[in-house]
Amino acid sequence: MTVEPAPLAAPPVIEPGHTFASITDKISAIVLRRRTSRGWLVGFGISFFFLLVLMNAVGYLLLAGIGIWGVNVPVAWGFAIVNFVWWIGIGHAGTLISAILLLLRQQWRQSINRFAEAMTIFAVACAGLFPLLHLGRPWYFYWLLPYPNTMSLWPQFRSPLVWDVFAVLTYFTISLLFWFIGLVPDFATLRDRSPSRPGRFIYGMLAMGWRGSARHWHRYETAYLLLAGLATPLVVSVHTVVSFDFAVAQLPGWHTTIFPPYFVAGAIYSGFAMVLTLAIPLRAVYQLEDFITTRHLQNMAKILLATGLIVGYGYMIEAFMAWYGGNPYEEYTIWNRLTGPYAPLYWALLFCNIATPQVLWLQRVRTSAPALFVISLIVNTGMWLERFVIVVTSLHRDFLPSSWGMYYPTIWDVATFVGTLGLFATLFFLFIRFMPMISIFEMRTILPEAEVKEPA
Amino acid sequence: MERPTIWGLLAEFDSPSALVAAAARVREAGYKRIDAHTPFPVEELGAALGVKPTILPLLVLLGGLLGCVGGYLMQYYASNVDYPLNVGGRPMHSWPMFVPITFELTVLFGGLTAVIGMLALNGLPMPYHPLFNVPRFALATRDRFFLSIEARDRLFERQETARFLRELGAREVSEVAR
Repeated sequence: MTVEPAPLAAPPVIEPGHTFASITDKISAIVLRRRTSRGWLVGFGISFFFLLVLMNAVGYLLLAGIGIWGVNVPVAWGFAIVNFVWWIGIGHAGTLISAILLLLRQQWRQSINRFAEAMTIFAVACAGLFPLLHLGRPWYFYWLLPYPNTMSLWPQFRSPLVWDVFAVLTYFTISLLFWFIGLVPDFATLRDRSPSRPGRFIYGMLAMGWRGSARHWHRYETAYLLLAGLATPLVVSVHTVVSFDFAVAQLPGWHTTIFPPYFVAGAIYSGFAMVLTLAIPLRAVYQLEDFITTRHLQNMAKILLATGLIVGYGYMIEAFMAWYGGNPYEEYTIWNRLTGPYAPLYWALLFCNIATPQVLWLQRVRTSAPALFVISLIVNTGMWLERFVIVVTSLHRDFLPSSWGMYYPTIWDVATFVGTLGLFATLFFLFIRFMPMISIFEMRTILPEAEVKEPA
Repeated sequence: MERPTIWGLLAEFDSPSALVAAAARVREAGYKRIDAHTPFPVEELGAALGVKPTILPLLVLLGGLLGCVGGYLMQYYASNVDYPLNVGGRPMHSWPMFVPITFELTVLFGGLTAVIGMLALNGLPMPYHPLFNVPRFALATRDRFFLSIEARDRLFERQETARFLRELGAREVSEVAR
């Protein structure tokens, strides 16, 4: 057996041999020169079909009311809240990559931040639909906003559900601004490289006259860093507020202080899984292996493993506190999860979220794109199951056996969920067709030539 | 002073190092109305061109404070003054319950100030700029580095300045039409 020498330096974040021009041309060509491929059309068509499914499900919901869903007393929060928490969690990795890794000066974020941010916006858009549709009378959603009105009514600011409105709206706005500001210099690149007049006009409008002035860059970088600094606590706060929806209630299984950190970790866990789910096919289809290298996949796999362990710790503490706290209702909740009517889902969740990622300890798995793709899909499923277990198992067995019940999703529950997957995919397909999916100007900065040398 | 017939001169360089060196020399020579145009932020240009620190952080701080104080006062006013609603005998001014929205509005106002402030201070959106008249300027968003001197500058002298820029190692110097 021969011993391989340990590599001296970490593998590069970009394959050698690239120049400013080659980076620019390669990424902008995906948008500007490439003909719309058959694969893209097929993928877009399928996604669009599911978007139509969503339109139908929402249309029928507006006509008939939320009675078409499986929700009822005692389980008044079904798929809608499960999907809301799942989608918004997926968004978190995008902000984490773009803001926290920027502040930590991690260069490997450059090639994945753009589409991760796009993923955030689309995921938050999907998430935001659910609480709105769940309102009962969705057309009165604006009653949740504080505005002067003839009823002289205010929202109840002491309610976590109102906190949600502010948290999600702020999160959406800041993510959108962050994404757009990051795109402006790249829109300028597309404007200058577009072969068609409409392209030059549209990208020119979006670039707002960006001309790379040193003074502009100076303010731009300041604004970008400040936004990152503001977005970092925002990410943590958003899922904390979402967890308050549960933790502030008295219900056994919800009323725990572990919820905020455990929800945030779970959000980052599912978010990174989604980034991998998107990145692996993208780099294969568009031959981006020299930008999204094995090192990127490895780093994301490590984050997946770490956050997976935190989530596992969360499950452990939930069970431990139920036992150690001596509250019979809490004890029963855990016991019911392990052996009750929804037990198969709980065991599936433990398999997906705790058992599966343990293979990431092996470097061979961390560097294999197909293996990571499968793991990321399993983790996404597991995190969805986690939200289902939290929402449904706590509600369906509370303090009094007389108020126990079961929850079964209807076809409309499923259609709405699958429909938001279609909405997400449709937006994502449009994004990769019309916008640079990798930040061009930030990729230029990681080349060695970008460093200013002292005159000899 | 009569209005100059051109906007200024634009010199093209191959690398950020050459640009930074040239920018420092141009500034030493006493030119004031100078700017550089690069495909990505070059930190050293700030010092070479004498770019002043921006007031953006201060604006963002003020924006954030406005969101923070305004958000808290809105909640205080709504639940104590305008529509006091007592639920279960809890105190009216239950400040811990007001923290999440106060925080979110701080971030929202700070973030909006950062973006709008940056655009406003940079004078964007600006669909027309004389520099776009130079065809090669399109490379400023690809792989070339440019230095511009405006004709309004007191030291500007059409032939002299162009010669000076060429001496600094510019691969091409073009006149920028208005």
